Amino acid sequence: MALDRRKFLGNTIAVAATLAAPMVKAGSHGKPRVVVVGGGAGGATAARYLAKDSKGALDVTLIEPTRTYYTCFFSNLYLGGVKDISDIGHSYGRLAARGINVVHDWAIGVDRDTKTVSLAGGGAVSYDKLILSPGIDFVDGAVDGWSLETQNAMPHAYKAGSQSELLKAQLTAMPQGGVYAMVAPPNPYRCPPGPYERVSMVAHYLKANNPTAKIIIADPKPKFSKMALFQEGWANHYDGMIDWIGSEFGGDNVSVDAAAMNITIDGEVTKVDVCNVIPAMKAGRIAELAGVTDGNWAPVHAASMSSKADPDVYILGDASSQGDMPKSGFSANSQAKVCANAVRGDLTGSKVFPAKFSNTCWSLIGTNDGVKVGATYKATAEKIAKVDGFISKTGESADIRKATYEESEGWYTGITTDMFS
Amino acid sequence: MIDKLLISLVFSIAICGFDVGATEVGDVSRGLKVFKKCTSCHAISPDARKRVGPALINIVNAPAGQVGEYKYSKALRAAAANGLHWTPEALDLFLKKPKAFLPKTKMSFRGLKKPADRTDVIAYLATFSTVETAAKPGAGFEISADILSIAGDIEYGEYLSSECTTCHQMNGASDAIPNITGWPADDFVTAMHAYREKYRSHPVMQMISGRLSNDEIAALAAYYSSLKK
Repeated sequence: MALDRRKFLGNTIAVAATLAAPMVKAGSHGKPRVVVVGGGAGGATAARYLAKDSKGALDVTLIEPTRTYYTCFFSNLYLGGVKDISDIGHSYGRLAARGINVVHDWAIGVDRDTKTVSLAGGGAVSYDKLILSPGIDFVDGAVDGWSLETQNAMPHAYKAGSQSELLKAQLTAMPQGGVYAMVAPPNPYRCPPGPYERVSMVAHYLKANNPTAKIIIADPKPKFSKMALFQEGWANHYDGMIDWIGSEFGGDNVSVDAAAMNITIDGEVTKVDVCNVIPAMKAGRIAELAGVTDGNWAPVHAASMSSKADPDVYILGDASSQGDMPKSGFSANSQAKVCANAVRGDLTGSKVFPAKFSNTCWSLIGTNDGVKVGATYKATAEKIAKVDGFISKTGESADIRKATYEESEGWYTGITTDMFS
Repeated sequence: MIDKLLISLVFSIAICGFDVGATEVGDVSRGLKVFKKCTSCHAISPDARKRVGPALINIVNAPAGQVGEYKYSKALRAAAANGLHWTPEALDLFLKKPKAFLPKTKMSFRGLKKPADRTDVIAYLATFSTVETAAKPGAGFEISADILSIAGDIEYGEYLSSECTTCHQMNGASDAIPNITGWPADDFVTAMHAYREKYRSHPVMQMISGRLSNDEIAALAAYYSSLKK
């Protein structure tokens, strides 16, 4: 009965969608439908594995607004001049060639009763299983004086693409001896070492082009990811350029003024030339609209990444609240494969294997000075739980650091191939 | 079904073909003859200088990539930074098929197919090496025939491989991260156990292999060896 109703609804809505938005294919062939929202490390990987492994048994739709996707990972290397913007841009052509119905539109609503996703361009897509991988959005009012209206004056550049280009333009336009300020985010947030790799890459650029410039970081946290490694690297490469102000020194008491280009840290006002505000984060808005969030994030079951609010909805990557894994592209890619395996098993009866997760985050501190941190994880009844991990050591030889950086480049090619090919 | 049969056949042949030649004592004078194949690129006398390849003095049991004047490939430098030592076992695998052991190595030599040739040439190289055998980490790493004979579940291996593909590309390309597609099952199993036992030192691989069971390693090996390079 349920299947008949679903089929009926699916057909009606798909026809309506075809009329309103010609890009959306009609799902009249009766295959189970999976809709994936968000074409980043979680969503693109999930769509690709579902299409690849089901060998045509599933109808897979990927909804992603941008035609060229810029990865957040390696976007700091673009800021530092180590990579070009074109190096981190990827298109969806090869996923479409796999038979995935790639729809370039915004998902603006989810009706979990009728199992449909509505699109900004009009129309809707129906699903049997919905995978949400929307990444992050920012918490309103998280930094006093900052809002989405001021994001061009004070860019976050924490979603890669035009924001990254804007921040880079502001960095290169800094006057000699100018000040670059960063407001770092509170936990949990996307890419824990990201803000500090960014500072390293900004310093790398400034050292060559603007050596008397200064960098201030106002940080609401008392410590941060790979802290010893970054601080060692900053002392080695950029001595005296970077001033990190943690919560113990008032870094958690910050406001900004975009019109005056001021930052106030613990009552002290500083005029700055660039102000890179990375506010507190929450799940991408569609997760909230779908009603699967609890607080800022969307809780999931560890074994399949299915929502705790709805067994037919799955949440991947940064938007999910899953336990011990850091919010990273590597994590999202890892979770996507576990999820794809579970979804395919549910819809086609294919064998479902136990969940295994892993993550490694590489960061570049200076030329050929790469470091990494990683861990493996397993699914328990409560959460994704850490099993084992490692971190680069301070004082490693230049050869090891260079090999680590080269390995990160290899990983970049590997993961982007795993997402988009 | 036929696919699976074929693959398990290939798998058992691979096991039978696994040789432990490197642990035997080689014939130095035969090794000198075999080494003639190497002399167009490698010199081997106490005062030897580099040619196309590095001089081969103090190679056996030494850390890889240590001949100062030679500019090694990115692949070898990466392996060296990850702790590769030229133990007789590692040299044996390398010399069998250099491009399989170390994709993108600069060494354009096809390899020594005969186990005896490898054993003998390594014995010959060892006469120019003074590195103490006792100093090498995890000397004598071996895995039992029982482990090598575990039949891997290819379907499970394919699922598990999705964890590998985040870094290791399926299309055979390697870019500081080696290709593992089409690797012989015995080499695959040996390498993974070497990581798990901390004999090979790469931290990511130690971590990944550390929570794989013997059956899971066999499954991965069966899957990867079933793929065409």
